[in-house]
Amino acid sequence: MAELHVELVAADRKVWSGEATIVVARTASGDIGIMPGHSPLLSVLESDPVTIRTTDGGTVVAAVHGGFISFSDNKLSILAEIAELADEIDVERAERAFERAKSEADAVAEKRAAIRLRAATGTY
Amino acid sequence: MGAQLRVYKRRIRSVTATKKITKAMEMIAAARIVKAQRAVAASTPYADELTRAVSAVATGSGHKHPLTTEADNPVRAAILLVTSDRGLAGGYSSNAIKAAERLTERLSSEGKEVVLYIVGRKGVAYYNFRGRDIAESWTGFTDSPTYADAKRVADPLIESVIADTAEGGVDELHIVFTEFVSMMTQTPVDRRMLPLSLDEVETEESGKLRPLYEFEPSPEGVLDALLPRYVESRIYNALLQAAASEHAARRRAMKSATDNAEELIKSLSRLANAARQADITQEISEIVGGASALADATAGSD
Repeated sequence: MAELHVELVAADRKVWSGEATIVVARTASGDIGIMPGHSPLLSVLESDPVTIRTTDGGTVVAAVHGGFISFSDNKLSILAEIAELADEIDVERAERAFERAKSEADAVAEKRAAIRLRAATGTY
Repeated sequence: MGAQLRVYKRRIRSVTATKKITKAMEMIAAARIVKAQRAVAASTPYADELTRAVSAVATGSGHKHPLTTEADNPVRAAILLVTSDRGLAGGYSSNAIKAAERLTERLSSEGKEVVLYIVGRKGVAYYNFRGRDIAESWTGFTDSPTYADAKRVADPLIESVIADTAEGGVDELHIVFTEFVSMMTQTPVDRRMLPLSLDEVETEESGKLRPLYEFEPSPEGVLDALLPRYVESRIYNALLQAAASEHAARRRAMKSATDNAEELIKSLSRLANAARQADITQEISEIVGGASALADATAGSD
Protein backbone atom coordinates (compact mmCIF):
# COMPACT_ATOMS: atom_id res chain seq x y z
CA MET A 1 0.00 0.00 0.00
CA ALA A 2 1.20 3.46 -0.76
CA GLU A 3 2.34 5.39 2.22
CA LEU A 4 3.56 8.85 3.11
CA HIS A 5 6.12 9.92 5.64
CA VAL A 6 4.83 12.19 8.41
CA GLU A 7 6.82 14.45 10.70
CA LEU A 8 4.89 16.13 13.48
CA VAL A 9 7.16 18.82 14.88
CA ALA A 10 6.54 21.25 17.74
CA ALA A 11 8.65 24.35 18.36
CA ASP A 12 10.73 22.69 21.03
CA ARG A 13 10.74 19.00 20.06
CA LYS A 14 9.87 16.40 17.47
CA VAL A 15 6.53 14.96 18.58
CA TRP A 16 5.97 12.07 16.23
CA SER A 17 7.29 10.71 12.97
CA GLY A 18 6.45 7.65 10.96
CA GLU A 19 4.61 6.25 7.95
CA ALA A 20 0.93 6.86 7.39
CA THR A 21 -1.80 6.13 4.86
CA ILE A 22 -3.89 9.25 5.40
CA VAL A 23 -3.67 12.40 7.48
CA VAL A 24 -6.74 14.50 8.26
CA ALA A 25 -6.31 18.06 9.45
CA ARG A 26 -8.36 21.22 9.57
CA THR A 27 -6.99 24.06 7.48
CA ALA A 28 -8.20 27.63 7.28
CA SER A 29 -10.59 26.68 4.50
CA GLY A 30 -11.89 23.41 5.88
CA ASP A 31 -10.93 19.83 6.65
CA ILE A 32 -8.38 18.30 4.36
CA GLY A 33 -7.38 14.69 3.95
CA ILE A 34 -3.94 13.99 2.54
CA MET A 35 -3.11 10.65 1.02
CA PRO A 36 0.08 9.48 -0.66
CA GLY A 37 0.69 11.24 -3.98
CA HIS A 38 -1.18 14.42 -3.08
CA SER A 39 -0.03 17.49 -4.98
CA PRO A 40 2.45 19.72 -3.12
CA LEU A 41 0.57 21.77 -0.57
CA LEU A 42 1.35 24.43 1.98
CA SER A 43 -1.44 25.48 4.23
CA VAL A 44 -2.24 27.21 7.49
CA LEU A 45 -3.78 24.92 10.10
CA GLU A 46 -6.55 25.83 12.47
CA SER A 47 -5.94 24.93 16.09
CA ASP A 48 -7.59 21.55 16.12
CA PRO A 49 -6.85 17.85 16.51
CA VAL A 50 -4.96 16.22 13.63
CA THR A 51 -5.64 12.57 12.88
CA ILE A 52 -2.96 10.33 11.40
CA ARG A 53 -3.77 6.79 10.27
CA THR A 54 -0.58 4.80 10.41
CA THR A 55 0.33 2.01 8.00
CA ASP A 56 -0.08 -0.65 10.67
CA GLY A 57 -3.73 0.28 11.13
CA GLY A 58 -3.31 2.44 14.22
CA THR A 59 -4.52 5.98 14.71
CA VAL A 60 -2.49 8.83 16.13
CA VAL A 61 -4.38 11.90 17.29
CA ALA A 62 -2.57 15.09 18.26
CA ALA A 63 -3.77 18.46 19.48
CA VAL A 64 -2.10 21.12 17.37
CA HIS A 65 -2.07 24.82 18.20
CA GLY A 66 -1.05 27.44 15.66
CA GLY A 67 0.52 25.43 12.90
CA PHE A 68 1.18 24.65 9.25
CA ILE A 69 1.06 21.67 7.06
CA SER A 70 3.38 21.20 4.14
CA PHE A 71 3.42 18.31 1.72
CA SER A 72 5.86 17.52 -1.06
CA ASP A 73 7.64 14.41 -2.38
CA ASN A 74 5.37 12.19 -0.32
CA LYS A 75 6.68 13.85 2.81
CA LEU A 76 4.26 15.61 5.10
CA SER A 77 5.43 18.03 7.77
CA ILE A 78 3.08 19.30 10.41
CA LEU A 79 4.60 22.28 12.20
CA ALA A 80 3.05 23.68 15.33
CA GLU A 81 3.94 26.00 18.14
CA ILE A 82 2.47 23.47 20.53
CA ALA A 83 1.63 19.90 19.63
CA GLU A 84 0.61 17.13 21.99
CA LEU A 85 -0.25 13.52 21.29
CA ALA A 86 -3.59 12.39 22.66
CA ASP A 87 -1.83 9.87 24.95
CA GLU A 88 0.24 12.63 26.49
CA ILE A 89 -2.71 14.78 27.43
CA ASP A 90 -3.80 14.66 31.03
CA VAL A 91 -7.59 14.63 30.63
CA GLU A 92 -8.35 15.65 34.19
CA ARG A 93 -5.97 18.56 34.02
CA ALA A 94 -7.38 19.65 30.67
CA GLU A 95 -10.90 19.43 32.10
CA ARG A 96 -9.91 21.59 35.06
CA ALA A 97 -8.29 24.09 32.70
CA PHE A 98 -11.43 24.07 30.58
CA GLU A 99 -13.70 24.80 33.55
CA ARG A 100 -11.38 27.48 34.86
CA ALA A 101 -11.14 29.18 31.49
CA LYS A 102 -14.92 29.04 31.19
CA SER A 103 -15.48 30.67 34.56
CA GLU A 104 -12.88 33.33 33.84
CA ALA A 105 -14.33 33.90 30.37
CA ASP A 106 -10.87 33.45 28.84
CA ALA A 107 -11.85 32.51 25.29
CA VAL A 108 -8.32 31.64 24.14
CA ALA A 109 -7.58 29.35 27.07
CA GLU A 110 -11.03 27.77 26.77
CA LYS A 111 -10.45 26.97 23.12
CA ARG A 112 -7.02 25.55 23.85
CA ALA A 113 -8.37 23.29 26.59
CA ALA A 114 -11.30 22.22 24.40
CA ILE A 115 -8.96 21.14 21.59
CA ARG A 116 -6.91 19.15 24.06
CA LEU A 117 -10.01 17.41 25.34
CA ARG A 118 -11.28 16.75 21.84
CA ALA A 119 -7.98 15.17 20.89
CA ALA A 120 -7.82 13.07 24.04
CA THR A 121 -11.42 11.91 24.37
CA GLY A 122 -13.03 12.55 21.01
CA THR A 123 -15.83 14.66 22.50
CA TYR A 124 -16.34 18.38 23.30
CA MET B 1 51.51 30.05 67.51
CA GLY B 2 53.12 33.05 65.86
CA ALA B 3 50.94 35.94 64.74
CA GLN B 4 52.15 35.59 61.14
CA LEU B 5 51.25 31.93 61.01
CA ARG B 6 47.75 32.61 62.33
CA VAL B 7 47.10 35.16 59.58
CA TYR B 8 48.16 32.69 56.86
CA LYS B 9 46.01 29.92 58.33
CA ARG B 10 42.99 32.20 58.32
CA ARG B 11 43.48 33.19 54.69
CA ILE B 12 43.88 29.56 53.64
CA ARG B 13 40.58 28.74 55.33
CA SER B 14 38.71 31.53 53.56
CA VAL B 15 40.17 30.71 50.13
CA THR B 16 39.26 27.04 50.62
CA ALA B 17 35.65 28.01 51.30
CA THR B 18 35.57 30.16 48.15
CA LYS B 19 37.05 27.31 46.14
CA LYS B 20 34.28 24.98 47.27
CA ILE B 21 31.66 27.46 46.06
CA THR B 22 33.26 28.07 42.66
CA LYS B 23 33.76 24.34 42.19
CA ALA B 24 30.07 23.71 42.87
CA MET B 25 29.05 26.47 40.44
CA GLU B 26 31.37 25.01 37.81
CA MET B 27 29.73 21.62 38.11
CA ILE B 28 26.20 23.05 38.03
CA ALA B 29 27.03 25.04 34.89
CA ALA B 30 28.59 21.97 33.25
CA ALA B 31 25.42 19.97 33.87
CA ARG B 32 23.28 22.77 32.45
CA ILE B 33 25.30 23.13 29.24
CA VAL B 34 24.35 19.59 28.27
CA LYS B 35 20.69 20.34 28.94
CA ALA B 36 20.85 23.60 26.99
CA GLN B 37 22.58 21.90 24.07
CA ARG B 38 19.86 19.27 24.00
CA ALA B 39 17.25 22.05 23.88
CA VAL B 40 19.03 23.62 20.88
CA ALA B 41 19.08 20.26 19.11
CA ALA B 42 15.41 19.62 19.90
CA SER B 43 14.35 22.94 18.36
CA THR B 44 16.25 22.31 15.11
CA PRO B 45 13.67 20.15 13.28
CA TYR B 46 11.03 22.87 13.66
CA ALA B 47 13.40 25.60 12.53
CA ASP B 48 14.52 23.55 9.51
CA GLU B 49 11.00 22.72 8.38
CA LEU B 50 9.95 26.32 8.84
CA THR B 51 12.90 27.62 6.82
CA ARG B 52 12.01 25.22 4.02
CA ALA B 53 8.39 26.36 4.07
CA VAL B 54 9.31 30.07 4.10
CA SER B 55 11.65 29.68 1.15
CA ALA B 56 8.97 27.71 -0.71
CA VAL B 57 6.35 30.45 -0.30
CA ALA B 58 8.65 33.38 -0.77
CA THR B 59 10.12 32.09 -4.01
CA GLY B 60 6.95 30.40 -5.24
CA SER B 61 4.57 33.30 -4.88
CA GLY B 62 6.50 36.44 -5.83
CA HIS B 63 4.38 38.23 -3.28
CA LYS B 64 5.79 41.25 -1.45
CA HIS B 65 5.43 41.30 2.29
CA PRO B 66 6.53 44.05 4.72
CA LEU B 67 8.76 41.51 6.44
CA THR B 68 10.67 40.64 3.29
CA THR B 69 10.81 43.95 1.47
CA GLU B 70 13.79 46.21 1.93
CA ALA B 71 12.85 49.82 2.57
CA ASP B 72 14.30 52.23 -0.02
CA ASN B 73 15.40 54.58 2.66
CA PRO B 74 15.77 52.85 6.03
CA VAL B 75 15.68 55.40 8.86
CA ARG B 76 15.20 53.25 11.93
CA ALA B 77 16.69 49.91 12.98
CA ALA B 78 15.89 47.76 15.99
CA ILE B 79 18.55 45.74 17.80
CA LEU B 80 17.61 42.83 20.01
CA LEU B 81 20.47 42.20 22.43
CA VAL B 82 20.61 38.93 24.36
CA THR B 83 22.59 39.04 27.63
CA SER B 84 22.40 37.08 30.87
CA ASP B 85 20.42 37.68 34.06
CA ARG B 86 23.23 36.69 36.37
CA GLY B 87 26.91 37.57 36.52
CA LEU B 88 29.89 35.35 37.33
CA ALA B 89 30.12 34.26 33.71
CA GLY B 90 33.38 35.94 32.76
CA GLY B 91 33.08 38.26 29.79
CA TYR B 92 29.85 36.72 28.51
CA SER B 93 27.50 39.69 28.89
CA SER B 94 30.06 42.40 28.29
CA ASN B 95 31.20 40.76 25.06
CA ALA B 96 27.62 40.65 23.79
CA ILE B 97 27.12 44.29 24.83
CA LYS B 98 30.33 45.28 23.03
CA ALA B 99 29.11 43.58 19.86
CA ALA B 100 25.82 45.48 20.16
CA GLU B 101 27.69 48.76 20.64
CA ARG B 102 29.75 48.11 17.50
CA LEU B 103 26.58 47.37 15.55
CA THR B 104 24.91 50.50 16.94
CA GLU B 105 27.84 52.57 15.78
CA ARG B 106 27.78 51.04 12.31
CA LEU B 107 24.03 51.57 11.92
CA SER B 108 24.25 55.15 13.20
CA SER B 109 27.02 55.91 10.74
CA GLU B 110 24.68 54.67 7.99
CA GLY B 111 22.21 57.28 9.20
CA LYS B 112 19.78 54.95 10.93
CA GLU B 113 18.24 55.63 14.28
CA VAL B 114 18.79 52.70 16.61
CA VAL B 115 16.06 51.32 18.88
CA LEU B 116 17.18 48.91 21.58
CA TYR B 117 15.38 45.82 22.83
CA ILE B 118 17.17 43.91 25.57
CA VAL B 119 16.93 40.44 27.06
CA GLY B 120 18.70 39.85 30.39
CA ARG B 121 19.27 41.89 33.52
CA LYS B 122 22.95 42.57 32.77
CA GLY B 123 22.24 44.36 29.52
CA VAL B 124 19.40 46.35 31.08
CA ALA B 125 21.68 47.43 33.94
CA TYR B 126 24.41 48.50 31.50
CA TYR B 127 22.12 50.76 29.47
CA ASN B 128 20.19 52.10 32.45
CA PHE B 129 23.42 53.07 34.20
CA ARG B 130 24.45 55.07 31.15
CA GLY B 131 21.02 56.64 30.90
CA ARG B 132 20.38 55.27 27.41
CA ASP B 133 16.86 54.56 26.23
CA ILE B 134 15.61 50.99 26.03
CA ALA B 135 12.45 50.41 24.00
CA GLU B 136 11.57 47.22 25.84
CA SER B 137 13.31 44.64 28.00
CA TRP B 138 12.66 41.12 29.25
CA THR B 139 14.33 39.41 32.18
CA GLY B 140 14.06 36.23 34.19
CA PHE B 141 14.38 33.44 31.63
CA THR B 142 17.89 33.58 30.17
CA ASP B 143 18.86 30.36 32.00
CA SER B 144 16.34 28.18 30.22
CA PRO B 145 14.15 30.05 27.73
CA THR B 146 10.91 28.48 26.55
CA TYR B 147 9.09 29.02 23.28
CA ALA B 148 6.53 31.16 25.10
CA ASP B 149 9.37 33.48 26.17
CA ALA B 150 10.56 33.77 22.59
CA LYS B 151 7.00 34.56 21.52
CA ARG B 152 6.76 37.29 24.14
CA VAL B 153 9.97 38.84 22.84
CA ALA B 154 9.02 38.46 19.19
CA ASP B 155 5.51 39.95 19.34
CA PRO B 156 6.40 43.65 19.91
CA LEU B 157 9.33 43.34 17.50
CA ILE B 158 7.18 42.03 14.67
CA GLU B 159 4.58 44.67 15.44
CA SER B 160 7.11 47.48 15.16
CA VAL B 161 8.49 46.09 11.90
CA ILE B 162 5.02 45.92 10.37
CA ALA B 163 4.13 49.43 11.62
CA ASP B 164 4.72 52.39 9.32
CA THR B 165 8.06 54.13 9.69
CA ALA B 166 6.31 57.44 10.14
CA GLU B 167 4.43 56.05 13.13
CA GLY B 168 7.54 54.85 14.93
CA GLY B 169 7.94 51.53 13.13
CA VAL B 170 11.38 50.15 12.34
CA ASP B 171 12.75 49.17 8.94
CA GLU B 172 15.30 46.63 10.05
CA LEU B 173 15.64 44.13 12.82
CA HIS B 174 19.03 42.92 14.01
CA ILE B 175 19.74 40.41 16.71
CA VAL B 176 22.93 40.24 18.78
CA PHE B 177 23.51 37.04 20.72
CA THR B 178 26.33 34.70 21.67
CA GLU B 179 26.63 31.81 19.31
CA PHE B 180 27.47 28.45 20.83
CA VAL B 181 30.28 27.14 18.64
CA SER B 182 31.67 24.53 21.00
CA MET B 183 32.24 23.89 24.71
CA MET B 184 35.32 26.12 24.54
CA THR B 185 34.27 28.73 21.98
CA GLN B 186 31.30 31.07 22.08
CA THR B 187 31.31 34.11 19.85
CA PRO B 188 29.00 37.11 20.01
CA VAL B 189 27.43 37.59 16.58
CA ASP B 190 25.05 40.08 15.00
CA ARG B 191 22.56 38.94 12.41
CA ARG B 192 20.06 40.87 10.37
CA MET B 193 16.81 39.06 10.84
CA LEU B 194 14.46 41.36 8.95
CA PRO B 195 13.90 42.21 6.20
CA LEU B 196 14.48 38.61 5.37
CA SER B 197 17.15 38.13 2.75
CA LEU B 198 15.95 35.25 0.67
CA ASP B 199 19.40 34.26 -0.60
CA GLU B 200 20.21 33.19 2.90
CA VAL B 201 17.16 31.00 3.08
CA GLU B 202 17.61 29.62 -0.40
CA THR B 203 21.22 28.49 -0.24
CA GLU B 204 20.20 25.50 1.83
CA GLU B 205 18.18 24.03 -0.97
CA SER B 206 19.98 25.20 -4.05
CA GLY B 207 20.34 22.85 -6.95
CA LYS B 208 17.08 21.07 -6.28
CA LEU B 209 13.95 21.58 -8.29
CA ARG B 210 11.32 23.15 -6.10
CA PRO B 211 7.87 21.60 -6.10
CA LEU B 212 4.98 23.77 -7.24
CA TYR B 213 2.99 24.25 -4.10
CA GLU B 214 -0.69 24.85 -3.76
CA PHE B 215 -1.23 27.46 -1.09
CA GLU B 216 -4.19 27.52 1.20
CA PRO B 217 -5.93 29.88 1.78
CA SER B 218 -3.62 31.95 -0.51
CA PRO B 219 0.12 32.57 -0.89
CA GLU B 220 -0.35 35.91 0.90
CA GLY B 221 -2.30 34.32 3.72
CA VAL B 222 0.28 31.60 4.21
CA LEU B 223 3.15 34.09 4.15
CA ASP B 224 1.36 36.35 6.60
CA ALA B 225 1.02 33.49 9.05
CA LEU B 226 4.40 31.92 8.32
CA LEU B 227 6.76 34.88 8.68
CA PRO B 228 5.96 35.77 12.30
CA ARG B 229 6.43 32.09 13.20
CA TYR B 230 9.76 32.16 11.37
CA VAL B 231 10.93 35.20 13.33
CA GLU B 232 9.78 33.61 16.59
CA SER B 233 11.64 30.44 15.83
CA ARG B 234 14.81 32.39 14.96
CA ILE B 235 14.57 34.32 18.23
CA TYR B 236 13.90 31.08 20.11
CA ASN B 237 16.97 29.52 18.57
CA ALA B 238 19.07 32.59 19.47
CA LEU B 239 17.83 32.52 23.06
CA LEU B 240 18.63 28.82 23.39
CA GLN B 241 22.11 29.25 21.94
CA ALA B 242 22.71 32.22 24.21
CA ALA B 243 21.64 30.14 27.22
CA ALA B 244 24.05 27.36 26.27
CA SER B 245 26.82 29.93 25.76
CA GLU B 246 26.06 31.53 29.11
CA HIS B 247 26.43 28.23 30.93
CA ALA B 248 29.62 27.43 29.04
CA ALA B 249 31.07 30.86 29.83
CA ARG B 250 30.11 30.47 33.48
CA ARG B 251 31.68 27.03 33.65
CA ARG B 252 34.93 28.35 32.20
CA ALA B 253 34.98 31.38 34.51
CA MET B 254 34.31 29.22 37.55
CA LYS B 255 36.92 26.69 36.47
CA SER B 256 39.61 29.35 36.30
CA ALA B 257 38.43 30.76 39.64
CA THR B 258 38.80 27.28 41.17
CA ASP B 259 42.24 26.88 39.61
CA ASN B 260 43.33 30.26 40.92
CA ALA B 261 42.05 29.42 44.41
CA GLU B 262 44.06 26.20 44.32
CA GLU B 263 47.17 28.10 43.26
CA LEU B 264 46.60 30.63 46.04
CA ILE B 265 46.15 27.93 48.66
CA LYS B 266 49.40 26.29 47.52
CA SER B 267 51.47 29.46 47.80
CA LEU B 268 49.81 30.43 51.10
CA SER B 269 50.61 27.06 52.65
CA ARG B 270 54.27 27.46 51.53
CA LEU B 271 54.33 30.83 53.29
CA ALA B 272 52.62 29.36 56.35
CA ASN B 273 55.20 26.54 56.48
CA ALA B 274 58.05 29.02 56.23
CA ALA B 275 56.49 31.11 59.01
CA ARG B 276 56.17 28.00 61.21
CA GLN B 277 59.79 27.02 60.55
CA ALA B 278 60.92 30.54 61.38
CA ASP B 279 58.97 30.37 64.66
CA ILE B 280 60.57 27.02 65.58
CA THR B 281 64.07 28.18 64.64
CA GLN B 282 63.65 31.27 66.72
CA GLU B 283 62.39 29.25 69.69
CA ILE B 284 65.35 26.87 69.47
CA SER B 285 67.88 29.66 69.23
CA GLU B 286 66.21 31.36 72.19
CA ILE B 287 66.44 28.18 74.27
CA VAL B 288 70.02 27.53 73.23
CA GLY B 289 70.93 31.14 73.88
CA GLY B 290 69.21 31.03 77.26
CA ALA B 291 70.90 27.78 78.26
CA SER B 292 74.38 28.96 77.30
CA ALA B 293 73.83 32.25 79.13
CA LEU B 294 72.77 30.24 82.21
CA ALA B 295 75.86 27.97 81.84
CA ASP B 296 78.16 31.03 81.55
CA ALA B 297 76.59 32.56 84.65
CA THR B 298 77.05 29.40 86.77
CA ALA B 299 80.62 28.97 85.50
CA GLY B 300 81.43 32.59 86.47
CA SER B 301 80.13 32.24 90.03
CA ASP B 302 82.45 29.34 90.85
